[in-house]
Amino acid sequence: MSKRIHIVVGHYGSGKTEFAINYALKLKETHEKVMIADLDIVNPYFRTNDVRQMLEAKGISVLASPYAGSNVDIPALPADILRLFDDKSSAVVLDVGGDEDGAVVLGRFRQQLEEEGYEMLFVVNAFRPLTKDADSILEFLREVEAASRLKTTGLVNSSNLQGLTTAEDIIKGQRAVEETAAKSGIPVAYIAGIPEALQGLEAQYGEKLFPIARFLDLGYEF
Amino acid sequence: MAEKVLVKGNEALAEAAILSGCRHYFGYPITPQTEIAAYMAKRMPKIGGVFLQAESEVAAANMVFGAAGAGARALTSSSSPGISLKAEALSYIAGCDLPCVVVNIVRAGPGLGGIQPAQSDYFQATKGHGHGDYQMIVLAPSSVQEVIHLTADAFDLADLYRMPVMIIGDGMLGQMMEPVEFDLGKRREIPPKTWATTGTEMKREHNIINSLIMNPDDLEACVRERYKRYDYIKEHEAMAEEYLMDDADFMITAYGTTARIAKNAIAELRKQGIKAGLVRPITLWPFPEKIYQKYTDKVSAILSVEMSMGQMVDDVKLAVGGKVPVHFYGRTGGNVPYPDEIIQSVLKITGGDK
Repeated sequence: MSKRIHIVVGHYGSGKTEFAINYALKLKETHEKVMIADLDIVNPYFRTNDVRQMLEAKGISVLASPYAGSNVDIPALPADILRLFDDKSSAVVLDVGGDEDGAVVLGRFRQQLEEEGYEMLFVVNAFRPLTKDADSILEFLREVEAASRLKTTGLVNSSNLQGLTTAEDIIKGQRAVEETAAKSGIPVAYIAGIPEALQGLEAQYGEKLFPIARFLDLGYEF
Repeated sequence: MAEKVLVKGNEALAEAAILSGCRHYFGYPITPQTEIAAYMAKRMPKIGGVFLQAESEVAAANMVFGAAGAGARALTSSSSPGISLKAEALSYIAGCDLPCVVVNIVRAGPGLGGIQPAQSDYFQATKGHGHGDYQMIVLAPSSVQEVIHLTADAFDLADLYRMPVMIIGDGMLGQMMEPVEFDLGKRREIPPKTWATTGTEMKREHNIINSLIMNPDDLEACVRERYKRYDYIKEHEAMAEEYLMDDADFMITAYGTTARIAKNAIAELRKQGIKAGLVRPITLWPFPEKIYQKYTDKVSAILSVEMSMGQMVDDVKLAVGGKVPVHFYGRTGGNVPYPDEIIQSVLKITGGDK
């Protein structure tokens, strides 16, 4: 968390947006100013903008396209996006769209990002068919890097089956993520999961554990 | 097999199609079904299949027409405005007695409408869709797991009855993620496709695929023959889920994700002493009329809940033939009904509202 700019990428369904929201909340514990930007231009449903009120109530600024959550499908960025780079006193979390098309957005800011430095976290859910093992994770990661023209600095094991996730599931996902780390040289930064699933893993994984509170629910049982 | 994975409805549909032997996908992107195309674009080249993004929905549906004629298991998918564009080709496919699967992940309409979920294409799906006397079998899953079963069954039904089968889901079902197992369930026996244009090898007569029939009497005979098949399907393939109907004196009816929201309302209504149950059509065509008819003496009223201005409610009224009052509650424009709204509607009908 030493850099000012934290980029969260990964496949949709990895838990990327939940992780980004939780990460912004974590940053708020140590930073006076935190911004989160919803840069998702590919997924029209379930996005950071859906929890804008909650984040703003906690003092986190939310940058999102005015079309997010509306009935229009326009791959637009927020008009005030350059605030991310102008206000150097604020920590920043970028929630990026869930595939290589979504990551294209980052290429636009490559110069600013490289000049200032960044942390780019690639969130992995090994229970998603297209990122189920080290080879498929790396294939996806390389596509996102090529589209964004940026480099991943850390892996996040966010392996989950939503509310059904158990500690065994997280350990199973961790094997795939550790193999990805070994093959790529990119370190494992966090192991994220709902608190129930992280229980009993402290001894094994220590401070890498990152408990997640779920915010993007529907308001009723499904 | 049977390992749990986490997938979106759209991805589940694409993978289930591949597992069902589909190797030909023709489509054009449109929210909220684009993940079907995106998934096919990644998977098909790896398994020797065809993913083709056509220049339009019209072209994509006609490519399905061609592939189906050659005996391939072909799939196209879209969302509401794109489905309107596919109507012409689907009419030709039905007129040629060819099997195919078409997916509509419904968004709000009419016109461009909006990208949020809706069920306002019910009439379009069940009452003809394109021009001419024809039907499509229409399957309406309500969970991501059911998307998998019904996708597999859609390909079987299409081949068995040689007709287009539509899978209809609202945008929510396409976008939501659930843990699932890729278990296709029970499969059907499919006769060999002796009618397909696969080359005669000089061993048989040419197979001709055509929907132009010059003589009115011949065309009438052809359509009547087809309707005999439709009658058989009505008799044998109608499906519905009956939920807490054993002791119910009030019926809520809904399909797709709306049915799952209705279950929340039913739990609360039962706490308040109202014995509500749910009938959830799984086949929208054939409409499961007989299941409704079982309850005409048992329930005091029926409430149809839809993400539309009231479309399926007409079929419910036809099914019960005036024996039970049929009411309607709906949201439209991309809005989803909440359990509270359904509860209030029921209380209004039963006289328990404040």
